[in-house]
Amino acid sequence: METQDRSTFAAWTRITDFASANSLIVLLAFLAVFPFLVPYTAIATQILISGLFAMGYNILLGYTGLLSFGHAAYFGLGAYGAGMALVYLKMGLIGGVLFGAVTATLGAMAIGFLCLKRRGIYFCMLTLAFAQLFYFLALVVFDNYTGGDNGLRDIPTPPISLPFGISLSVATPLRFYYFVFVLCVLSFLAMRRMLNSPFGAVLQSIRENEKRAKSCGFNTNRVKLIAFVFSGFFSGLAGSLYAIYYHIAPLNTLYWTTSGSVVMMTILGGMGTFAGPFVGAAVFLILEDVISVFTKSWQLFVGAIFMLFVIFFPLGIWGTLQERVFYRWLRQD
Amino acid sequence: MEILRTESLVKTFGGLRAVDGINFRLEGGQVHSIIGPNGAGKSTFFKLISGELHATQGKIWFQGEDITDFPPHVISHKGISVSYQLTNVFPKLSTLENIRIAVQSRKATYNFWSHREMLREVREKAESILEVVQLLPKRNELACNLSHGEQRHLEIGIALATDPSLLLLDEPTAGMSPEDTERTIQLIKEILGDRSVILVEHKMKVVMKISDKITVLHDGKILAEGKPEEIQSNERVQEVYLKGR
Repeated sequence: METQDRSTFAAWTRITDFASANSLIVLLAFLAVFPFLVPYTAIATQILISGLFAMGYNILLGYTGLLSFGHAAYFGLGAYGAGMALVYLKMGLIGGVLFGAVTATLGAMAIGFLCLKRRGIYFCMLTLAFAQLFYFLALVVFDNYTGGDNGLRDIPTPPISLPFGISLSVATPLRFYYFVFVLCVLSFLAMRRMLNSPFGAVLQSIRENEKRAKSCGFNTNRVKLIAFVFSGFFSGLAGSLYAIYYHIAPLNTLYWTTSGSVVMMTILGGMGTFAGPFVGAAVFLILEDVISVFTKSWQLFVGAIFMLFVIFFPLGIWGTLQERVFYRWLRQD
Repeated sequence: MEILRTESLVKTFGGLRAVDGINFRLEGGQVHSIIGPNGAGKSTFFKLISGELHATQGKIWFQGEDITDFPPHVISHKGISVSYQLTNVFPKLSTLENIRIAVQSRKATYNFWSHREMLREVREKAESILEVVQLLPKRNELACNLSHGEQRHLEIGIALATDPSLLLLDEPTAGMSPEDTERTIQLIKEILGDRSVILVEHKMKVVMKISDKITVLHDGKILAEGKPEEIQSNERVQEVYLKGR
């Protein structure tokens, strides 16, 4: 009995060791079959999109140590950007997605430039204020184009036109899932590459000790702005996909609760770990899905679980797993 | 040859004149210590040189260039490096990564694509610095898990990693046992080479042992300046500072 326990434990630890060392490969392999593991494809697509958003957010919070309360702005700019490109400009699918992501990137450049003039709590509040500014712009000022309170509706999903006159429809849920999957794979690889690069090292040094990073000779203001823009790009990409998936850019993509959710997902999964925010997004959405069957006040329960995690597992789900695995590995040596 | 000069340098905080018209001159290759009672303006003077604070009045010249209003990262690239009084490392990064990042600042900031471990030259230099500061066996340890003395050495290592021609050492032996102090002084002597050093230190034994020249600050002004033995026998210095030490 005992030996059997030990061998299952050994097998399990081997799996967790591999998972922690190759989190990207594990994540991608899992996502490739994900739609078949959940009751319906929609939740899988939602998780991919929110996971991408959270991972983009994590570049700023987890790796650079900057807490933004206004990432709804870039998610929303992505959603409206893609929506307008498809509705008014009649762009193709890829063009629409990129248009949304680029809109968000430009927004992040301007807002980041202004917000990074201040630090700490002032920085936080400025990001929040700018996001709310965009919310009201969409609600009141440009409501002829954004649909105001109703959101921008009837966003089409045109087929992807490939060379040689082939066009590929992604209109079914499963096809759209794999369309999002491919973009996520490319994004994750790019993020991975950037975070492991010398530039990624500078981000971490700013998170750890900005004053020292400066005195080592890094222009930390410029580096932080670049991180902000990268983060805005991936958030905007997620927003684009969201709008196309639901055929609508709803006003609440720009609302502060969207910013709040992405903070929660990132911390729940483990900020500063590569796959953590994705895990957080998945857990968050699955909890929402399961609990909302029983009660309308699902947020009460998700909130309680979030608080328990922050108090007892501040490293988040993935962060805690990684650390436990890592420590055991150290002891064995 | 003169490497650094300040010209009636003034820094005020509200009504307080923390640095009050200092004319300072540093010869290349010398260890020049700054001593003085608490609140004499030593740390403020350091921060003015490193760019962390900006002077209210006056000028700072480094190797013939006016650096008075440069931000810290530019001053670092000019060749001035600081080792802080309170340990100021990257706590949750490994010892090697702490040094590697500082070395990398001379080679690559905006490289988004290659893997950081692939910069071989940078890694090798970081390892050689770790060896000098006697931390090579702890290369994979997180900086926050090092002992106080080891963190002080890492601190000096980071300052060295940018290949400075002027090293500002702010109380490098603060809070150290006599044995650790001895080791650290040995280390400082080893790393000197032809670098110039400005040293702030409270332990008079240390100061007298390694300084070429000493400047005594008091109330933001220079009280006395000279060779260690001259300072030791200076009556006014005795009065305000050395008494009871």
